[in-house]
Amino acid sequence: MTEKLHINQLENEGIYIMREVAAQFKKPVLLFSGGKDSITLVRLAQKAFYPAKIPFPLMHIDTGHNFPETIEFRDRLVEELGLELIVRNVQDSIDQGKVKEETGRYSSRNMLQTTTLLDAIEEFKFDACIGGARRDEEKARAKERIFSVRDDFGQWDEKNQRPELFDMLNGEIDFGQNVRVFPISNWTELDVWTYIENEDLEIPSIYFSHPRKTFVRDGLIWSASEHVYRDEEEEVEERMVRFRTVGDMSCTAAVSSYAQTISEVVAEIRDSSISERGARIDDKRSEAAMEERKQQGYF
Amino acid sequence: MKVLKIATAGSVDDGKSTLIGRLLYDTKSLTDDKLEAIERSSKQKGYDYLDFSLATDGLVAEREQGITIDVAHIYFSTATKSYIIADTPGHVEYTRNMVTGASTSQAAVILIDARHGVIEQTYRHFFINNLLRIKDVIVAVNKMDLVDFSEERYNEIKADFQKLVEKSDYEDQHITFIPVSALKGDNVVEKGSEMDWYRGQTLLAHLEELDTEDIYNKGKARFPVQYVIRPKTDEYHDFRGYAGKVYGGEIKVGDDVIILPSETKSKIKEIYFYDKKYESAARRSSVTVTLEDDVNVSRGDMIVKEDELPKSDKRFTATITWMDNKNLQSGSKYILQHGVNKVLAKVATIHNKINPDYSGIETNVDSLKMNDIASISFQLNKPIFFDAFKEHRTNGSFILIDPQSNNTVGVGFIE
Repeated sequence: MTEKLHINQLENEGIYIMREVAAQFKKPVLLFSGGKDSITLVRLAQKAFYPAKIPFPLMHIDTGHNFPETIEFRDRLVEELGLELIVRNVQDSIDQGKVKEETGRYSSRNMLQTTTLLDAIEEFKFDACIGGARRDEEKARAKERIFSVRDDFGQWDEKNQRPELFDMLNGEIDFGQNVRVFPISNWTELDVWTYIENEDLEIPSIYFSHPRKTFVRDGLIWSASEHVYRDEEEEVEERMVRFRTVGDMSCTAAVSSYAQTISEVVAEIRDSSISERGARIDDKRSEAAMEERKQQGYF
Repeated sequence: MKVLKIATAGSVDDGKSTLIGRLLYDTKSLTDDKLEAIERSSKQKGYDYLDFSLATDGLVAEREQGITIDVAHIYFSTATKSYIIADTPGHVEYTRNMVTGASTSQAAVILIDARHGVIEQTYRHFFINNLLRIKDVIVAVNKMDLVDFSEERYNEIKADFQKLVEKSDYEDQHITFIPVSALKGDNVVEKGSEMDWYRGQTLLAHLEELDTEDIYNKGKARFPVQYVIRPKTDEYHDFRGYAGKVYGGEIKVGDDVIILPSETKSKIKEIYFYDKKYESAARRSSVTVTLEDDVNVSRGDMIVKEDELPKSDKRFTATITWMDNKNLQSGSKYILQHGVNKVLAKVATIHNKINPDYSGIETNVDSLKMNDIASISFQLNKPIFFDAFKEHRTNGSFILIDPQSNNTVGVGFIE
């Protein structure tokens, strides 16, 4: 077993972090969206504990506006690997009156997820939530620790983070607090794709080029769907597209693409002049959009 | 493809963000949307140049105050290497964040403003890089454009810095001086035309040649057990695997080993990485090993080769960087986390405080405040199995955790 290649180093680090979570916490959970980053996490967890099963469940916070392809994929993966999956729905939080559905042109359920997530953490008394956030995604995420402590309200105290030295991870917390854990902090988008290719991992079909009914707004390509607000003059057209991230339909734009295999996707990303989150409207709300959401407990 | 992690230290005023921005820009690592965001914000602020600090200073408070508070991680790659830049703060009050960023780095860039030369901050940066045994230090003398690209000024600064180097006790350290203008781009990625008198490499060319294998000092193999894997399935009914990361040197099937603290002897039977078995495991690989004998091993135990025993003691002396608002007091108790092992530690003696400006030591100290560096003896409730930091980066370092606040309050380097 060698660790010469960059991607092997990242993998070894990820496995180490998974094991620290299992050892240091009583009730961890892996936040699973069905996207490529959380698929990578599942593989790292499998590797960390083989031949034993992954010693924690997966949890999906379902906005109800997910791409159906993602949900199908999620259920199949869980079934095949014999994993435990918990699903909590944003719709339930709306029905309970805890959050209010946004309206208008840029309405999205992305922000509403936070409440559902924090409620689920409390319901199951999770003390560690493993997530697929990466530091290269966004400048507030670039500041995140690997073990990131959240207070009783799920909030991130960004100006007063625990120092994290060498690879020693301090998981000591008080009752009621929890830690967000980011095992692929140091991976880039390209690293994730390279890993998926090396490991031959299955991913939802929307990551590959497919024909889709779409419309263009602010230079971005959106799915024409009942979940996405559209003005009458915004014309729907079928385009060959794929998605670079798998978020909520209402906040994830598509990119024009003919990439049908992972190696074509990798080639496309290498040449891309737009960053991954360039197609995420949730980041465009303001310069500090991500930081503000993180402070409130967003993942 | 190799990965190189570099810590940059300095304040925004030194042009640190501009330097990083320049590296990203000239290696074409900034995507159009990120570049547009920088252009937009720079224009809003009324600058006639691109303010790259907006790309690296990710927190609102940082952008408001124009300073770096916490470490940001920035990624870019060339054809030969993947780079991670740990962009760390230069202000004295954020020394702990600088130590955080530097602790996982293989090389460091110390920035000096050519107009101001070597200042107190430079002393501290160099001191911390030495404390952490960072082997490759690049001294980037920046803002050469503001001193007319003067060779004389550059040589003056170089000579001043050399005086610091003479005070250092780290003999294997490799120091490289490069005159740069991050704003104009000279000697960052491109050579530029203004400093023909400089015969050395550009910053990027130098980084491209650094040997990344060198950092995690080769030495004795240490295998701290992180997690015990017991599947209890029909197929693996009696399987008992010890999961962990290999540090220092490789381990092989058939190695005669000793398990600490029980001092039980055994042999490595199998090495698993996921579902495959290997004959050996290289350092820094996360593997699972099984042993020939049915011995009792749990998290925090350490598997080492029979002829490579670490020190084992309940008392030792270490250099500490204190990182908490609450002072360290002589006699206080902390949780000491050494790798994945936790014990209780009491501050037995504070020997002296070390001034990070190389001006000497202070004795008769009975407490430490945030960012102080000191030599301390600890008394533990159980022995740990350690090496001197100089010989083993991972097995010679530890963190201190305040049992009340749970915060990481200090980092130690065993002497």
